[in-house]
Amino acid sequence: MARYIARRLMWVLLVVILVTFLTFLIFFVIPPVDPAILFAGRAPSERLIEEVRQSLGLDHSFWVQYGLFVKRIFLGDEYGWPGFGLSFVTRSPIRENFLERAFVTMQLAIGAAVVWLILGVLIGLTSALKRGRWQDRASMGFALFGVSAPVFWLGLMALYIFWEKLHWLPGTGYSSFSEGVGQWFLHFLLPWVVLALLFAAFYARMVRGSLLEAFGQDWIRTARAKGLSERKVVYKHALRASLTPVVSLFGADLGTLLGGAIITETVFNLPGLGTYVVRSVQNGDLPVIMDVVVFASLAVAVMSLVADILYAYLDPRVRYS
Amino acid sequence: METRESAFGQGEAPREPEVGAAAIVGRSPWQLFLIRFRKDHVAIFALGFLVLLVLAALFAPVIADRVAHHGPNDLFIHDPVKMVNEFGLPLGPNKQFWFGADRSGRDLFVRVLYGARTSLLVGVVATGFAVFVGVTLGLIAGYYGGWRDTLISRTTDIVLSFPLLLFAIGIVGACSASTEGCFGGLIKPGLQLVVFVIALFSWPNIARVVRGNTLSLREQEFVDANRAVGASNLTIIFRELLPNLVAPIIVYSTLLVPSNIIFEAALSFLGLGVPQTVPSWGRQLAEAAEVFRVAWWMMLFPGLFLLATTLTFNLVGDGLRDALDPRTGR
Repeated sequence: MARYIARRLMWVLLVVILVTFLTFLIFFVIPPVDPAILFAGRAPSERLIEEVRQSLGLDHSFWVQYGLFVKRIFLGDEYGWPGFGLSFVTRSPIRENFLERAFVTMQLAIGAAVVWLILGVLIGLTSALKRGRWQDRASMGFALFGVSAPVFWLGLMALYIFWEKLHWLPGTGYSSFSEGVGQWFLHFLLPWVVLALLFAAFYARMVRGSLLEAFGQDWIRTARAKGLSERKVVYKHALRASLTPVVSLFGADLGTLLGGAIITETVFNLPGLGTYVVRSVQNGDLPVIMDVVVFASLAVAVMSLVADILYAYLDPRVRYS
Repeated sequence: METRESAFGQGEAPREPEVGAAAIVGRSPWQLFLIRFRKDHVAIFALGFLVLLVLAALFAPVIADRVAHHGPNDLFIHDPVKMVNEFGLPLGPNKQFWFGADRSGRDLFVRVLYGARTSLLVGVVATGFAVFVGVTLGLIAGYYGGWRDTLISRTTDIVLSFPLLLFAIGIVGACSASTEGCFGGLIKPGLQLVVFVIALFSWPNIARVVRGNTLSLREQEFVDANRAVGASNLTIIFRELLPNLVAPIIVYSTLLVPSNIIFEAALSFLGLGVPQTVPSWGRQLAEAAEVFRVAWWMMLFPGLFLLATTLTFNLVGDGLRDALDPRTGR
């Protein structure tokens, strides 16, 4: 296990280096304009540009600049750890804003992940058990719909139906946990479900496939032969074996989940990282865009590391492959 | 048509039909494929829809002119044809305006038709680039193996684990911060940038599939035979491997188009996609998001078209896969 974790840690380290390097390239090297001008926002003054140049160390060579960039991220800056830097458009440190919004995105993503796993497993299970019957067809139809339907359209339609027409839900926006659990839940319910649908569809297909495969295996026949109830065969043996690949895919799909979260936040007006980065692109606030790209990617890398270690713990075969 | 052993439809490929063989009709892999595909009514129906959509997109100016009698940029905000009410909100569908009007009082039906052009164009062109890159890298990784395989496969893994939409937003942000664009002005903000970003992030899946198929093809006898008669690596790749990879490449390209169409729509929905002057379903939905409680048609029609397009592409892709590779049949 220790060796496996060490290997995975090396991999994450590589991803971290690549993420920081790519971000650096995207924001400092690729645009043919002086980064000092870009980072200073729309229509900056001479003095501001000079200030930005000083603060980002743009007088130095390429590698020193990259070194400073990485150093700021991992060792922090004058505004605390980790270093988020300063937005030159709003003239304020990014840190506090960022962390507040990251918390909103986290609530959205975690809730959606829970809904997605439950829906995916339930639908996959139903359709595998009722193979070929209408339940199977309906489930796979749903899966195809979920794969094809754009999140933002589903979100709008859901809002129109459940908010405007049926008045079941209180509408868009964010209501924090401390303002009341009920309101918090109702505000998050639709975003969770809408964001989860796409993934639930994928996972339903996968759970169905791996369950059907498991049913054909010798050890299932053995379980049936020794007289276990069908219930035990399905839930204790087949389902358990079919769920391990779900855990591994889960880690790999966190990046896509984050992408979906960006769109969902925009539809449901949630003050998370997604709306933050979109607004910053419109304002030309490059430091914020860069921070969201770097830190969200790093978070995804670390969380998929955790998911993979969990997977290795659940399925010993992985450790030795 | 020449017959080759292939990873798809393996063992089912008979020889050329022989003249005079009356009882047994020899069929080429293509004929077999056509026969199987024709039986898939859902896929045929979906294909029919796509053909109609492509025609509608191609002839959008004609349809707008002859059928709807409204141009895509005509504003209907004054009498006698007024499609906004006294509060400046658009009016819903009627006999002249089948899909109602959008916020600026334009004919939504015509706008949606023109939106199909953008979606199909961006989806297909971006997929074309992605497939080119993916096939090239997949072939190199699968055929040569060794450090090239390690490098390409690891890169693929890393790109797949990235939050792609976020990086796409980052690139759009950095490249549209000035009018100069990116890469010394090679990639300008707008359509070019969108296609570039989508292609940049959608090649890994194709590369994976091609690599996997190449790995198994490489070990087969006809490749050994070619090598034995002194064929060069490039000859083997282009004359022997590539023709055998056509089937999986077609299938996965067909399945990649809808996800790239959604990618474009998502970027445009966030206001980071195609420029404001270009009609796009994603942008239309973004506009609808502001007024959907009163103007449901603005949300419904572009969305339905988007959904129908992605759904039918997926159905055709699934149908092609089943027809080209009967072993995966459900």
